[in-house]
Order: sequence, then C-alpha cells, then structure tokens
Amino acid sequence: MINSGDTAFMLIATTMVMFMTPGLALFYGGLVRSKNVLSTILQSFICLGVVSLIWVIYGYSIAFGPDIKGFSGNLEWAFLNGVGLSPGPYSANIPHLLFCAFQLMFAIITPALITGAYAERMKFSAFLLFTALWTTFVYLPVCHWVWGGGWLGKLGTLDFAGGTVIHINSGAAALVVAVMLGKRRGWGKESIMPHNLSMTVLGAGILWFGWFGFNAGSALSAGEVAVMALVTTQLSAGAAAVSWLAAEWIYHGKPTTLGAASGALAGLVAITPAAGFVGPVPAIIIGIVAGIICCFAMMMKSRFGYDDALDVVAVHGVGGIWGALATGLFATKTINPAGFDGLFYGNPKQVLIQAVGIVAAIAFSMGVTALILKVVDNVTGLRVTDEEEIQGLDVTQHSEVGYTM
Amino acid sequence: MKKIEAIIKPFKLDDVKEALNEIGVHGMTVSEVKGYGRQKGHKEIYRGAEYVVDFIPKIKIEIVVASEMANKVVETIVQAANTGKLGDGKIFVFPVEGAIRVRTGEKGRDAL
Repeated sequence: MINSGDTAFMLIATTMVMFMTPGLALFYGGLVRSKNVLSTILQSFICLGVVSLIWVIYGYSIAFGPDIKGFSGNLEWAFLNGVGLSPGPYSANIPHLLFCAFQLMFAIITPALITGAYAERMKFSAFLLFTALWTTFVYLPVCHWVWGGGWLGKLGTLDFAGGTVIHINSGAAALVVAVMLGKRRGWGKESIMPHNLSMTVLGAGILWFGWFGFNAGSALSAGEVAVMALVTTQLSAGAAAVSWLAAEWIYHGKPTTLGAASGALAGLVAITPAAGFVGPVPAIIIGIVAGIICCFAMMMKSRFGYDDALDVVAVHGVGGIWGALATGLFATKTINPAGFDGLFYGNPKQVLIQAVGIVAAIAFSMGVTALILKVVDNVTGLRVTDEEEIQGLDVTQHSEVGYTM
Repeated sequence: MKKIEAIIKPFKLDDVKEALNEIGVHGMTVSEVKGYGRQKGHKEIYRGAEYVVDFIPKIKIEIVVASEMANKVVETIVQAANTGKLGDGKIFVFPVEGAIRVRTGEKGRDAL
C-alpha cells in the first residue's frame, strides 16, 4: 500500500542524494591545482550520466534483482523490467521505481568518490572505462551482498546507509588505484596545493546537506528511524569537524578550514552505517573518534608513500571501517527494532559480523579493482603523458580551462 | 627623465599614491608581483602537509618623471611606504632615453 507521505519524503531524499555528486565535484575541484579543476569536476559530474545508464540497463537488476547464490542478482529486472509504480520487495510503502531511483544515486556517488585518489593524472578515456567496469564488477555485487538479499545481509551485517557498500568499498579501491597509477609528477618535491578552498568548503556543505537524504532516506519511510538518522548524522558530522580541528590544532599549531571540512566529511562517513541503529550520544562518540583517526590516517599517507591525491583512503576507507565497527558496538534494537544489538547492548558477536563485512568488502574491492586496472591499462592506458600532466588535464583532455585570468 | 621603480607592501599602495598626488605626480603604472628579500616567506598547511611559500605578494609601482623631480618622488615614496619592518621594499632609479605619448606623438618631457 503506497503511502503518499513516505513517497513524498523519498522523492525529496532521492533528489538530495543526487545533489551530493555535484557537491563532491566542488569539494574535489577546489582541492586540485587550477589547471585540473574542470577535469576533476567532470569526473564526478559525468558519473550522473554513465552510472544512470548502467543502472537502468542491468545495474539495478544485478544489485537488487532475484538472488543467485547470495553473490549477485540475476538479469530478470534488466531495463527495469517489472520495476514499476507499485511497491517492490524492498519497501511496501513506496513505488518500486522510487526505491530504484534512490539506490541509483548511491551507485552514482560511489565511483565518483574514488576519483579523488587518481585526480590530476588519469586519462579521461581510462577514467570512463574504469568507472563503468568498477560499477559493474565491484559496486553491484557488494551492494547485492549487503542490501540485495546477498550473503552479508543474511549473515546479519548492519549497514544502514552504505558504510560498507559505499565508503569501505570506494576507499579500498582508492588505495589500489593510487598505488597502481603512481604518484603525481613532482609529488613530495614541488608544492602541490589546493587552488580554491572556498569551493571545497561549499562542496562539503552541499555534501552535508545531501547526507540527510542519504541517511534519513535510508529509513525508506518518513518515520521515527528517519528522524533518528537525521539527528545522528548531524551530531556525528559536527563532532568530527570539531575533533579534527582540535587534533590538527594540537599537532600542527593551527586550526584550518580544510580540516573542519574534512572532519565533517569523516564524521558523515563514519555515521553512515550506524545512522538508523544508534542514539545521539553514541553518534557524538562515533564522530569525535572519526575526526581524530581520519586526521591521523591522512598524516600517515606520506609515510607510506602513496599518492592518494585527495585522501579518499583516509576519509572514506578509514572512516568507513570505524563506522562499520562502531555500528557493531553501539547498535540497539530500542532505536531500530529491525536491527540488532551491538557489543554494548550485550551482543559482542555483532562486532565480529561487522568485521566479516569489512574484510570481505576490502578484499573483494581491492582484488577486482586491481584486475580492472590491468584491463584498462591494456585498452586505453592509465596515465596521461608527462607533458600533458604538466600542462594540466583541462587543456589536454578537454580543450578548456576553468579560469581565464 | 628618470624612471622610478618601487616595490612596496600592497597595503601601502593607497598611501603612496596619495602622497605622490600631493607632490604633483599624476600618473603611474602598478602591477601585482611576488618576490622575497630579507623578509622570509610563510608556511601553509593543507591536510597536514606543510608548504613553505617563499614568494610574498608585493606591489610594483613604475613612474617616469623629469630628472629634477626624481629625488622628491623617491623621498615621498620612502616616507609613505615605511613601516619600519622587514619587507618594506626597495626603490630603483633608472635613466630614461625617451618618452612618446601615443595619442599625439609628443616626445620627451612633453609626453610625461
């Protein structure tokens, strides 16, 4: 029975999640050098097109269609066959097609998140091929495992809005791409500085706004769980912005705008799997810890020597892992009867189940991402030439520039 | 004729311009430049990575005046641009061989 209130809420939530991808484009765009601003923005923006096509043709069916041995959906719902305006198996109160559209927005932003790892050096053709293959062979299966009736969901892994499916998944892929693609020219020698942090902070603000659709919307109805998810999202983001700022103030001597924005993002990532399963106080703890560990994870990067250009691993990988574990600590059925209790509510086993989900997603994502990169390298080549990299990707890949001054 | 090239702190530009106006200098060319001398650069931190920025923003003023005016212009700039701290800038004086006003073709001092 379709509920018009829930449907209205999910229409808005879907639109808000869509808006996160342009927000991410601005967030990333400000962090690169001015010669690469458009290429970076486009890599996020065009996901709105590419992934939408994949989703309709076969993506939704593989992620959410009838299950094949817990690993993948089949192709029965290809071209949205049978996905219509009456409720589907995932929610009884909204049209199936709306659930499909809501999930599409998640599928769009996930490969866009990875672009931060290979910013400023990947060929556009390689990026397109990588995005199509990664969405197909990594996102769709992992999404199915957790949410589409696959084995992780059956095992009892809690992932309210995509900590494992989206953030750990993209963070693990980001590490592989950053290592396999190699460093940007001049990394560690020249100054490679962000060119427009006000753009980045605007992007972070848009992401924060959209995240309410992401997390509250994952309740799939305009009820108590959505309200709790919205509140925990706000609290975690705020707490992490403060704790990251404090951590770098103590460690580096100055509180930075970029630190506050990065911290908010880390808090949003960490609360994502927990949003509808935990209460306000655990949300604050999750946020505070996220801001600190993600800040230190980022500082470790130069010690390991990989050039994850925009810190996808530190924010989404590390933040996602912490969030998934924290869900196993703080989840409680008093908040959400559809979930499970965590360690602090007498169910230590949940932490183990969460860990299985984390390890499975990391191992699968890293392995398949490496294979995909090998394929892409053979088809298009991965990197632009040295000369093109020095000139910038905007002019060499797209024949346009972000600023004429 | 002399050309006076002064590198000054950006926030002192208005003071210098007004002081020069008062002594009868009614034209100048200004550009935003970067450089360093005894005043060292500063540190910037982005996500924990520290960058030393050596080149500091400065303003370069170029003025061409009659030779007998040159000393007065230099003194005026020194006075107006002085803060007493490192990085106040430098002034260079060059001889000028010729000057032409594009609109009328006037030459030499008439063109100033």
